[in-house]
Amino acid sequence: MYSYAPLIIVFPLIGFLVLGLFGSRMKNKKLIGVIGSGTVGLSFFLALALFIQMLGIEPGQRKQSVELFTWLSTFTGSSNSLTVNVAYQIDQLSILMTLIVTGVGFLIHIYSIGYMHNDTGFWRFFAYMNLFIFAMLNLVLADNFLLMFLGWEGVGLCSYLLIGFWYEKKFTGDAAKKAFIVNRVGDFGFILGMLLIFSTFGSLNFSTVFNSASLLSVGNTTALWITMLLFIGAMGKSAQIPLYVWLPDAMAGPTPVSALIHAATMVTAGVYMVARCSILFALAPVTMEFIAIVGAVTAVFAATIGLVQNDIKKILAYSTISQLGYMFLAMGVAAFSAGIFHLMTHAFFKALLFLGSGAVIHAMHDEQDIQKMGGLKKYLPVTYKTFLIGAIAIAGIPPFAGFFSKDEILWRAFSSEQGSPVLWLLGVFGAAMTAFYMFRLVTLTFEGEKRFDPHRVHPHEAPKTMTMPLIILAILSIVGGFVGIPHASVIENWLEPVFSPAQYKLLSGEHTGGLMEYLLMFVSVAIAVSGTYAARWIYLQRAELAVSLARRYPRIYRTLLNKYYVDEIYDAVVVAPTVKISNDILWKAIDVTMIDGSVNGSAKIINGIGKILRKIQTGIAQSYAVVFIGGILFVITWLLLR
Amino acid sequence: MISEFILTAVIFLPLIFAIVVLFLPKENERIIKLIGFVGTALTFLVSLVLYFGFDAAIFGFQFQQKNIWISSLNIGYHVGIDGMSLLLILLTTFLTPLALLGTWNSIQQQIKNYTAMVLLLEVGMIGVFASLDLFLFYIFWEAMLIPMYFIIGIWGGQNRIYAAVKFFLYTLFGSVLMLVAIISLGYFASTVPGGLFTTDLLDLYHVAPMLPVNMQMWMFAAFGLSFAIKVPLWPLHTWLPDAHVEAPTAGSVILAGVLLKMGTYGFIRFNLPLFADASLRAIPLMCTLAVIGIVYGALVAMVQTDIKKLVAYSSVSHLGFVMLGIFSMTEEGLQGAIIQMVNHGLSTGALFLLVGMLYDRTHTRLIVDYGGVAKLMPIFATFFMIISFSSIGLPGLNGFIGEFLIMIGSFKSTLIDNRVFTGIAGLGIIFSAVYMLWMYQRVMFGPAHQDGLYGGHHLTDLTKREIAVLVPIVLFIVWIGIYPKPFLSKSAKLVKHTVEQMESVKHGSQVRFLGYVQLQSGKK
Repeated sequence: MYSYAPLIIVFPLIGFLVLGLFGSRMKNKKLIGVIGSGTVGLSFFLALALFIQMLGIEPGQRKQSVELFTWLSTFTGSSNSLTVNVAYQIDQLSILMTLIVTGVGFLIHIYSIGYMHNDTGFWRFFAYMNLFIFAMLNLVLADNFLLMFLGWEGVGLCSYLLIGFWYEKKFTGDAAKKAFIVNRVGDFGFILGMLLIFSTFGSLNFSTVFNSASLLSVGNTTALWITMLLFIGAMGKSAQIPLYVWLPDAMAGPTPVSALIHAATMVTAGVYMVARCSILFALAPVTMEFIAIVGAVTAVFAATIGLVQNDIKKILAYSTISQLGYMFLAMGVAAFSAGIFHLMTHAFFKALLFLGSGAVIHAMHDEQDIQKMGGLKKYLPVTYKTFLIGAIAIAGIPPFAGFFSKDEILWRAFSSEQGSPVLWLLGVFGAAMTAFYMFRLVTLTFEGEKRFDPHRVHPHEAPKTMTMPLIILAILSIVGGFVGIPHASVIENWLEPVFSPAQYKLLSGEHTGGLMEYLLMFVSVAIAVSGTYAARWIYLQRAELAVSLARRYPRIYRTLLNKYYVDEIYDAVVVAPTVKISNDILWKAIDVTMIDGSVNGSAKIINGIGKILRKIQTGIAQSYAVVFIGGILFVITWLLLR
Repeated sequence: MISEFILTAVIFLPLIFAIVVLFLPKENERIIKLIGFVGTALTFLVSLVLYFGFDAAIFGFQFQQKNIWISSLNIGYHVGIDGMSLLLILLTTFLTPLALLGTWNSIQQQIKNYTAMVLLLEVGMIGVFASLDLFLFYIFWEAMLIPMYFIIGIWGGQNRIYAAVKFFLYTLFGSVLMLVAIISLGYFASTVPGGLFTTDLLDLYHVAPMLPVNMQMWMFAAFGLSFAIKVPLWPLHTWLPDAHVEAPTAGSVILAGVLLKMGTYGFIRFNLPLFADASLRAIPLMCTLAVIGIVYGALVAMVQTDIKKLVAYSSVSHLGFVMLGIFSMTEEGLQGAIIQMVNHGLSTGALFLLVGMLYDRTHTRLIVDYGGVAKLMPIFATFFMIISFSSIGLPGLNGFIGEFLIMIGSFKSTLIDNRVFTGIAGLGIIFSAVYMLWMYQRVMFGPAHQDGLYGGHHLTDLTKREIAVLVPIVLFIVWIGIYPKPFLSKSAKLVKHTVEQMESVKHGSQVRFLGYVQLQSGKK
C-alpha cells in the first residue's frame, strides 16, 4: 500500500548522484539549484501524499514496512545468524519526522540557492545537502537498527563534509574532524548497543526486537545496558553533556548547514532514536532517570554559556544544545510525544533563527560578532520581523509554537511518575536564561545604535529566495504549536499508537493537575517574559550594567566565555596523553626499541654466531686434520672408558 | 573437461607472459609494460570464468585438478577452489593489473625485470590460494617470496636492502617451521592403519582429527607462526612498516592487498580444520593478540609522520579484526573475516595507490610536506575521501560490512566470553576515524602552499589513466557496501561447515571433518 514510499528516499539520492558526478561540469547555477532543491521538494510532496493516505487508515493499521532487498547477512541460511534487510517502516512517528526533514529541508535548500550563490563550490554544496537528506531519511524511515545506523553515520559524514566545506581555512578542517570523531565516540556506544540487542533478541529488526522487549519486565539488566549504550550514541549525535563539544565548532560550516543539520534535523536524531526505542527505555528506569538528568543539566549548562557569547551562530548553537536538553528531559520523564512535539517546533523556529542569522551575516559581509552590529532592523525589516518571531517562539511566550511544546515538557517533568520538582526547576531556570540570551541577541543585533562602520558595510535585505523561507518558517513558528494544545493535543493523539507500549509499561499517561498545571504554566510564562524584558532593558538602556557585571565577577564571566574550559580539559586529559603514549611508549619504546630491537638483536646474534662458526670452515687442510684426529682420539677414548 | 584446466590456466597464465617478457629486448619498455598489463588483465578476465562458473550452493572444492607428481610420497599437483579461495584469487587478479597500471610511470629502471617479477609474483599468489596439496602450497608460498624480495630490494626506497632482508628472514623463519610440520603431518598419515604418506589436503582433512592433541598444538604453532607473521599478528608485525615504506607502490599494493591475506587464509584453510582442538584452545591467545593489534596498530598509526607507514600500521589494526573474526568461530565472524580480507585488499590497496600517485608527483611521503592538496587536486581529493571512509568503516561502504559482521560474531561467540574483547576492539572504530581523518586533514585541507610547490614540484590532478585505475576499486567498495550478497554467499557454505565442525569438536563429537571428504568424493 505504501509501495511508493521508498521513492521519498530515492529522489535525494538521484540528486546527489547527478550533482556529484556531473555538477562540476554544470555551468548553469540555476539548474543545479533546481535539481538540488527539486529532488527534496519531490520527496516532501510524496511524504505529504503518504501522510494524507495514512489519515484515511485506522490508527492501528497505519504502521507498515516496505522491504527492498537483503543487505547484510551471513547467507548461510542458519536461523540464528544475522540477516538485515534494506526495508523502510512507515508509521506515525517516521512520517512525522519525514515531513519535518523534507519540509524544512526543502525550505533550506531554496534559501541556499540565494545564500550560496557566489560560492565556487555551489554544485558540491547541493550534492552534499542532497546526500544528507538521503541519509537522514534512511535514519528516520529504517525498519531496523542497522539501516538506521547507516543513516546515522551517513548524516555524520555529510556533517563532516559540510562543516569542512570551506576546507582551506584551518579551523573548518579541525571542526569537521572533531565533529566526526566525537560522534564516533557515541557511535561506539550505538554499535555495542546493537551487538547486545542482537545477542539478546536475535534480530536487529525493530518490530521483532520491540515485540520481544515488551514481554520483558521493567528493571531488566540487559535492557539497562542496551539503553545506556544506545544513549551514548544519542549523546554524541544530539550533542549532550559530555559529548556536546563538537556542535559549537560545527558552526564553521555555511549557515544553511547549521540550520538544517546542526539545528533542525540531524542533531535531533538522538531524540528520535530514544523515542523509536521507547519500549526498550521503558524497561530501564535507571536509564530514563539518567537521560532526564543529562537533559536537564545540559539545558541549563548550555544556556549559561549562551549568556555571554558574542558570535551570533555560537549563541544559536548553544541554544540548540540547550533545547535538545529539553527534548531529552522529555524522553527521560516518559513524555515521548512531548519531546517529539518540541523536536518539531524547534525545527521550525531554530531553522528560522539560523537562516535569519545567515541573512544578517550575509548583509554584514560575513561579520558574526553581535557586538559589531546593532540597529539592523532598519536595513533588514523582513529578517528582523521573522527573527523576532523565532525568538519569541523559543523563549516560550504564548501563543507561539515554543510555548506549547516547552510547557508540555515542563509540566511532565513536574508531574509524571519519572519527573520531579527539581527537574522542573532546572527546566524553568533554563527557560529564563533562554529568554534572556535570545533577546540579548535580538537587541544587540537589530536594535539600538549601529556599532559597525557604515562606510565599509552596507547592510541590505536578502533576496527573495532567502526571505521566502524565512516567512514560511515564521508562520510555522507561530501556528506550529496549535497541534499540541494541552488536553487537546492532536500530535499526542497521532503518536499514541507508537508510544503506547512504553506508556503501558510505565503506567504513565495523561496527568491532569488541575490548578497546579495552570499555576506552573503561569510561572514559566512569567519568567520567560521577564527574561525578555530584562535583556531588552539591560542592552537597550543600561549597556554599562552588563559590562560592570562582567567586571565584578571576572572569574565567572571568563569561565562562561571560555565555555567552562571543557575543550581545554578534554585536550589535556584525553587527546594529549593518548598522542603522547602512542608516540613515546607504543611506537618508539615498544615497537621500535623492544620488538624491532629484539628482532634486529637476534639477527645480530645469529650473525655473530655465524662469524664464529665461519672459523671452523677455513679451508686450511692442516686445521681440518687436527680436528679430525682430535675427534678420532675422542671417540676411541670414550669407547674405551665406557 | 574445460573446468579441470581453467584453474591451472589462471595460475600459470601470468607465467607465460613473464616468459614472453623475458625474451623481449629490454629497450622496448612500452611494449613490455603493455604486455605486463595485458597479461594480468587477461588473467583477470579468465578468472571471471571461475566466478561465474562457481556454484555457491555446493560445499567443497570446485574446478579441481589432480595429478600425481611424486608418486612414492603421494605428492600431487592438486588444485581447486572454494568460496574463500575464489574471492581471494579474484582479488589478486583484480589488483595486479591495477597495480601495474597505477604505477605506469613510477618505475624508471629495469622495467623488464620488474614486469617479469610482478607476473611471477601473481603466479605464486594465485597458486597459494588454489593449492590443495600442502607440498604444492609450500612451493607457491616460498616461490612468491622471491619476486617480492627483489621488488622491494631493487625498486624500493633508500633503506630497501634492510627492509627486503627483514621481510625475507621474517617470513622464511616462519615457513621453515611450517615445512617441518607439513612433513610430520604427511608422516603421521602413514602411521594410521592402512595409511600412506601424503600431503594432499583432502586426505589430511580426513586424517588430521586423529592427531593427538599435544601434537596438534605443535602443528598449530608451526603453521600458525608462519601465518601469524604474514597477517601480521601483533607482535610479529615489525617487518610490515619497513617493507611497505621501502617497497615501490605496486609492491605495497600487492603486499597489503594480497600477501597479508595469505596469513588469515592459512588459518581458515589449514589451522582450523586440521587442528580443530588446538584451534579451540588457542582462542584466548589469538583473540588477545588480535585485540591488542587492533588498538595498538591504530594508536601507532595515529602518530606516524609518513603516510605510507600510517597506512601500514592501519593494516595491523584491520587484520586484527580479521583474526578476531576467525577465532570467534561463528558464522558472522568467519564471513566477516573473509569479506574483510577482500575489503582490506581493496581499500588499503587503493590507499597505497593514492599515496603512490602523490609520491610520483612530489617525491615525499611526509605528512608535514603537504596541506591544501584538495584545492589543487579535487578529483584526487574525492577518491581519497571515499577510500578513507571505506577504511574507516563507514556504513554503505565495504569496510563496515566486514567489521560489523566480525563484531557481531565475536560478541555472540559462546566459545569464550568475548564481550570484553569485542568492546575493546570497538575502540578501533573510534581510533580509525582519528588517524585517517587527521591524516586526511593535514594532507588535503588547509590553505594550499603559497608557491604551489610540494617537495619542489607542482601538483596536477589525476590523469585519465589514474582515474581509470581508481574507478573500478571504488565501484567494488560501494557495491560490497550496499549489496554484499554476491560475495558473501560464495563463502557461506565453507563458513557454515567450519563452524559446525568447530561446534562438534567442542562438544567432543567424532564427526569432525569426515563429512568433508565424503562430500568431496561424491562430487567430482
